[in-house]
Amino acid sequence: MTDTLHITSHCIISNNVVYGNGKTVFENKGADVGAFVLSAYQFLEVKYPKFYKMDNLSKLGLLASEVLLKDSGISEKYKEQEVGIVLTNSNSSLDADIKYYDQAKTIASPALFVYTLPNIVIGEISIKNKFKGENAFFVFEQFDATFMHQYVAYLLNNNILQACICGWVDVLKEDYQVVLYLVEGAAGQTSVPFTVQNLNDIYLSAK
Amino acid sequence: MMKPVFIVADNILSPIGSTTAENFDKLTQNISGVKEHQGGDRSAGPFYASLFSDDHPLLNNQSDEYTKFEQLLIASVTDALKNSGLDSTDPKTVLIISTTKGNISMLETDADDLELNHRIALPTSAKLVAQRFGFVNQPLVISHACISGLMAMITGMRLVQSGQYDNAVVVGGDVITRFVLSGFQSFQAISGRPCKPFDLNRDGINLGEGAATVILSSKQQKDDNIQLAGGSVSNDANHISGPSKTGEELFFAIDAALKNAGVEPAAIDFISAHGTATVYNDEMEAKAINLAGMQDIPVNSLKGYYGHTLGASGLIEAVIAAHSLKHNTIIPTRGFNELGVTQSLNVAKELQTFPLTACLKTASGFGGCNAAIVLRKS
Repeated sequence: MTDTLHITSHCIISNNVVYGNGKTVFENKGADVGAFVLSAYQFLEVKYPKFYKMDNLSKLGLLASEVLLKDSGISEKYKEQEVGIVLTNSNSSLDADIKYYDQAKTIASPALFVYTLPNIVIGEISIKNKFKGENAFFVFEQFDATFMHQYVAYLLNNNILQACICGWVDVLKEDYQVVLYLVEGAAGQTSVPFTVQNLNDIYLSAK
Repeated sequence: MMKPVFIVADNILSPIGSTTAENFDKLTQNISGVKEHQGGDRSAGPFYASLFSDDHPLLNNQSDEYTKFEQLLIASVTDALKNSGLDSTDPKTVLIISTTKGNISMLETDADDLELNHRIALPTSAKLVAQRFGFVNQPLVISHACISGLMAMITGMRLVQSGQYDNAVVVGGDVITRFVLSGFQSFQAISGRPCKPFDLNRDGINLGEGAATVILSSKQQKDDNIQLAGGSVSNDANHISGPSKTGEELFFAIDAALKNAGVEPAAIDFISAHGTATVYNDEMEAKAINLAGMQDIPVNSLKGYYGHTLGASGLIEAVIAAHSLKHNTIIPTRGFNELGVTQSLNVAKELQTFPLTACLKTASGFGGCNAAIVLRKS
């Protein structure tokens, strides 16, 4: 039953602040997106050189997943195919698309082209953590907590997944918004029930 | 056991034909949409691809209201709805759209500003298409690389099984423009000739344009409606642009899809593979099929007829697979001559006719994603 699903962790990256379960973890006001993500990467000691090649969508998603999963014990608790990722946004990969196309006017770069799909951020999080389960990328005008709840609950209630990283990761030029949730069957120390209300409350908390 | 979900109508709109029947018929005659094209607006030099002609009657380009991409979706849904007996304004019907790049060609023609950002957004296209048919529920948009089409079908299946909707109109499409072609060229993934899936001499993909629609329903309409019996998605967690070295993760998806459908591997009569004709993809698929113990089951790829149609590929190929079941006919793998993967595989080389009951359809994509569905006669 969906009553027994829990948001055991959440991470928001918004307005150059990184929040872990509602607490400020890092901030760098005044930096542009590029400088901000780099400074967050260094501060959080992510230590993952592949980060430098990523586009901003993947960088933001990866950083948020690091904060989200810290101390979650997720890799110890579940098998690889039991953890999945469901992400959404409104701009798809347009930020990377524009950058790719600008560069392609001179010479097309495969390193930029590969990021011209929004699900690549799912790929990057999966690779770093070895998550092999169900994954999906939907594009919405705005965050849809009702859909997110229903879709993720379906995956967990039908034992397609045992844990799901879900939420919203969007960036276009200097505008970005990241809200990630970790949803599991068992409650944790700081968890809240997985409900549409809680998804929305958390989403709105950093605006 | 999950309640069954039926494909009650479908359409393929491709350079080969504007209806499923036309497409299937042409395939049985070994007619392909892949041709050599001059570079034109898309490329510096000539290239092989399956493209709509500039004067295609359904894509009249005179409309300011809809882009070519949106016209493709609209035309495909129109044809499928015609034969479905369903009302698009029904509150228990949802529209699901699958695409990788949507209107990305607008970057080539329009200035980069806020208006462009809004117009080019996939939900904008989805809203326009939904409004055209009077769909009352918010359309869903799936953009998940080359598994988008199968993922859209799986999402529709789950929404119908859960009872949230009775019907799901699932449509996918992609247009081939400079943006996409240049990207794949930069990867050196494009073959300089018609592609050769699973072949020893395969050297890359052909791109293709197309759209397809599958209408899923909880209510069977005809005896010969094919069921979408199960599906699953996985991730390689290995590399963002190269597939898994072992094929294990595609195998997980195949295994989970079969279990979801309640179908044993031995009950599968043929496999419609992704078969893009790159060295790595076809090798990985062969490994996955062997891990599943399904290497003796006839396997085909349709990329030699359609090229790789990206967001439409899962849907176009699933529709052909469904009609293959209906007609008890397996379409051969155009372009295949000699097996060129390290694993044993039974690649369909000729048109084969014998009683068919169930098939498996797979897809894989950038980002390390894999998807599998099972189709079955009712």
